[in-house]
Amino acid sequence: MHDKTLTELKAGLQAKDFSARELTEHFLDRIEARDGELNSFITVTREQALRQADAADQAIAAGDHRLLTGLPIAHKDIFCTEGVRTSCGSRMLDNFVAPYTATVVENMAREGAIMLGKTNMDEFAMGSSNETSFYGPVRNPWDTERVPGGSSGGAAACLAARLAPAATGTDTGGSIRQPAALNGVTGLKPTYGRVSRWGMIAFASSLDQAGPLGLSAADCALMLQAMAGHDAKDSTCLNEPVDDYLGGLDQGLDGLRIGVPEEFFPDNLDGAIADNAREALRELEKQGAKLVKVSLPSIKLSVPAYYVIAPAEASSNLSRFDGVRFGYRCEAPKDLEDLYKRSRSEGFGAEVKRRILVGTYALSAGYYDAYYKRAQKVRRLIRDDFARAFKEVDVLMGPTSPETAFKLGAKADDPVNMYMADVFTIAVNLAGLPALSMPSGFIDGLPAGTQVIGNYFQEGRVLNVAHRYQLATDWHLRIPGAFQ
Amino acid sequence: MSSSLFNGWEVVIGLEVHVQLATRSKIFSGASTATGDEPNRHASLIDLGMPGTLPVVNKEAIRNAVRFGLAINAEIGRRSVFERKNYFYPDLPKGYQTTQLAEPIVGAGEVVIRLEDGTEKTVRIHHAHLEEDAGKSLHEDFHGQTGIDLNRAGTPLIEIVSEPDMGNAEEAVAFARQLHAIVTSLGICDGDMSQGNMRFDVNISVRRPGEPLGTRTETKNLNSFRFMEKAIKLEVERQIDVLEDGGKIVQETRLYNGDTNTARSMRTKEDANDYRYFPCPDLLPVLVSEEDIEALRAEMPELPDARKARFMDAYQLSDYDADLLAASIATARYFETAADHGGDAKLAANWVMGDLAAKLNAEDLDIAHCPVPAEHLGQLIQRIKDGTISSKIAKQVFEACWAGDGSPDQIIESRGLKQMSDSGELEKIIDQIIADSPAQVEDYRGADEAKRKKKIGFFVGQVMKATQGKANPQQVNQLLQEKLTP
Repeated sequence: MHDKTLTELKAGLQAKDFSARELTEHFLDRIEARDGELNSFITVTREQALRQADAADQAIAAGDHRLLTGLPIAHKDIFCTEGVRTSCGSRMLDNFVAPYTATVVENMAREGAIMLGKTNMDEFAMGSSNETSFYGPVRNPWDTERVPGGSSGGAAACLAARLAPAATGTDTGGSIRQPAALNGVTGLKPTYGRVSRWGMIAFASSLDQAGPLGLSAADCALMLQAMAGHDAKDSTCLNEPVDDYLGGLDQGLDGLRIGVPEEFFPDNLDGAIADNAREALRELEKQGAKLVKVSLPSIKLSVPAYYVIAPAEASSNLSRFDGVRFGYRCEAPKDLEDLYKRSRSEGFGAEVKRRILVGTYALSAGYYDAYYKRAQKVRRLIRDDFARAFKEVDVLMGPTSPETAFKLGAKADDPVNMYMADVFTIAVNLAGLPALSMPSGFIDGLPAGTQVIGNYFQEGRVLNVAHRYQLATDWHLRIPGAFQ
Repeated sequence: MSSSLFNGWEVVIGLEVHVQLATRSKIFSGASTATGDEPNRHASLIDLGMPGTLPVVNKEAIRNAVRFGLAINAEIGRRSVFERKNYFYPDLPKGYQTTQLAEPIVGAGEVVIRLEDGTEKTVRIHHAHLEEDAGKSLHEDFHGQTGIDLNRAGTPLIEIVSEPDMGNAEEAVAFARQLHAIVTSLGICDGDMSQGNMRFDVNISVRRPGEPLGTRTETKNLNSFRFMEKAIKLEVERQIDVLEDGGKIVQETRLYNGDTNTARSMRTKEDANDYRYFPCPDLLPVLVSEEDIEALRAEMPELPDARKARFMDAYQLSDYDADLLAASIATARYFETAADHGGDAKLAANWVMGDLAAKLNAEDLDIAHCPVPAEHLGQLIQRIKDGTISSKIAKQVFEACWAGDGSPDQIIESRGLKQMSDSGELEKIIDQIIADSPAQVEDYRGADEAKRKKKIGFFVGQVMKATQGKANPQQVNQLLQEKLTP
């Protein structure tokens, strides 16, 4: 069963080829047997999952088929789940059990989804390799000496290894798309405001967006259909009608204008990565799409702008972890000052502390204008660049990541080099656009991904392009040898 | 600028006023703003700063801020922006206060104050912004520990920042009172200062006339107008003393203690936080349209100045009386109810500003907590007017009302305080007194018209004594004149 896509499993459940309980047990057993090699889950919720599966079987018996009825899904451990620990990959929240559930999780549960457990991630979603997690690094199923990318590393890895047929993730600077690329799966970051942030632990509020990771674009469409929508509890969640993502998948690509930004193919880009993306473009050209050269001159500033804005917001968002009301508290604090200092020093890992310090610095009196304000200006320029490009084209495409999965520890001491892993994904978050990464082949046995960026609320278009590509290719169906 | 000098020093005062808005729920959560309940009963997930929770702005708080802006003739921010003010404190759950800074909802405006000598003065408002209140740290009851109560956390506030336009304590207090009158008239604040509904921080500096502004201090914890006045006088004296002794004023925050009339330094500028303000990414800018503003303007309640004019017109009150009675919505309501029930506005005004005010003052009570309902004062006035009781007896009845002995009618009835209107009985008493006082009768009859008017006082006194004050003085006078005239 585990070699099937979510869409196929849905059909199997409806045809009663297997029950939701059988399906759920199968994946739970696979997690139990194989996740020791990957460390992709922080918490597995077997009993709850089986209860939900039984309820799903009853619903199916009663003819109540919803979007995700009986389908097991792994949630990133950044989404609060009532009664189940939500750690955000941090010692700070190792003991935290939220008394409420994130809207994303709730929306999917309402559509009948079953939660398998909570996936590993970079601490507070800060990282591009899943090495900053308090629970240890996640390993890439294609080569367990390599990283799965991050921060949704656990989500992408468990999916690639077929320990779960679908997963949720969050993307602040590429945290869905980069691990999707490095694990050979499909991941979509929706338009900012398309999916509610309620119950999703904030890293950088103006950039964070939840989205689906699946084996195919069709699977992502199915999940997004359930995840998306207005939520009165999130002021930044937009009240726009949710498109029929599944209905639009098959649409032909004849006449589609694909913008190819020259900035996504810089001179110093790894030739194999560039060739891989060009190959994907050629496939779409074959299907009738037209390639248009475009330029997004400001996106070269996106990494520095991002590494001011995201840490600035994070430094404030993470102030609530002070040892007073919830989460980690140091032993025997001498006084208030000591409580704050030790709880935060001991509760946060090195990368989180680095970003809190960077962000605090960027917002400090005397530096605010030079850093934060300027970064916001860059952000507007980037948005304008995209707006100009979308007057000429329907989607933009290029490589998702400048490299394939790198070795564990290879960049651990070089944060700036690590930050460059997000060079092609970050601009999309700064602009708030939807973008998807789809598997587009292999380089030396490691998956490579190609990114499809759409205009605001054009998730349907992006999914459609990826789906048409996946009808003609089978990269997305390859399974790592060790996890067949 | 300053209206008076102190030993050749000019005093410069500006106020920052925190006004708790009387909305039912908090500014960013649906939790109740009710007070007096057990700690943390009204602390929602959002108020607790739980991870993953998000604020949603309370539209009524926005409307209340706009109402205030309209009342002080200010420019309303069509687009205002919430920012985060970052600092660590145990009763600040998120580690930041959501407030406004660069783009506040209420821009520059002005408030006209009236001083005791009858002159008027305009105090400019720099701006007013919306923000959330913090919780409370409870240091008592927890041995060696601090308790945190987040019931107040997230209560909506507007912070009103004045220009340094006041030159002495009287002006500052008049300004504070006028703000109190405005926000309570608008119904956007309960105005109970003892409950912290309004909190005043006073910035004070002194200088020689013509010189640049001196270093200022900020005095906090002024929970009554009286304390505010005392605290300002105290700080002005302190600053002048320091400067005249050749010292320098340190920029600091001072905490006033009303019980001892002393103040101490809380923190100096060196301890000040870098608050690292930046726009809150969880909230969209607040947009207020022209239609929103016009709709609120159309339903504005009566403001103190308009009420004063109406009192002068409808009740024929003097400028002075109308001003005093219209200043606070609670006083105005009390007066109007008493006047309407009593059927005599002048009498009602005298009672409210006289005996009632004195009694409230003596017991340090707000008129909102007055033990005598306005309807009862109205009834009392009615009984004076219809001759049931004399003004003198009325004071006695009022005291009994205050003590909680019942309504005026009940008290008059149960204590038999009704004026004696049975002239037969009164005549008997008068006849007896005349019979018992032959010398005084002789003396009266021998006097001329002018002197008789004085001499009749003896007989009136005797009659009132004999009737325990229940006789109608006019009736007594008339009967005495008849009977004493041979």
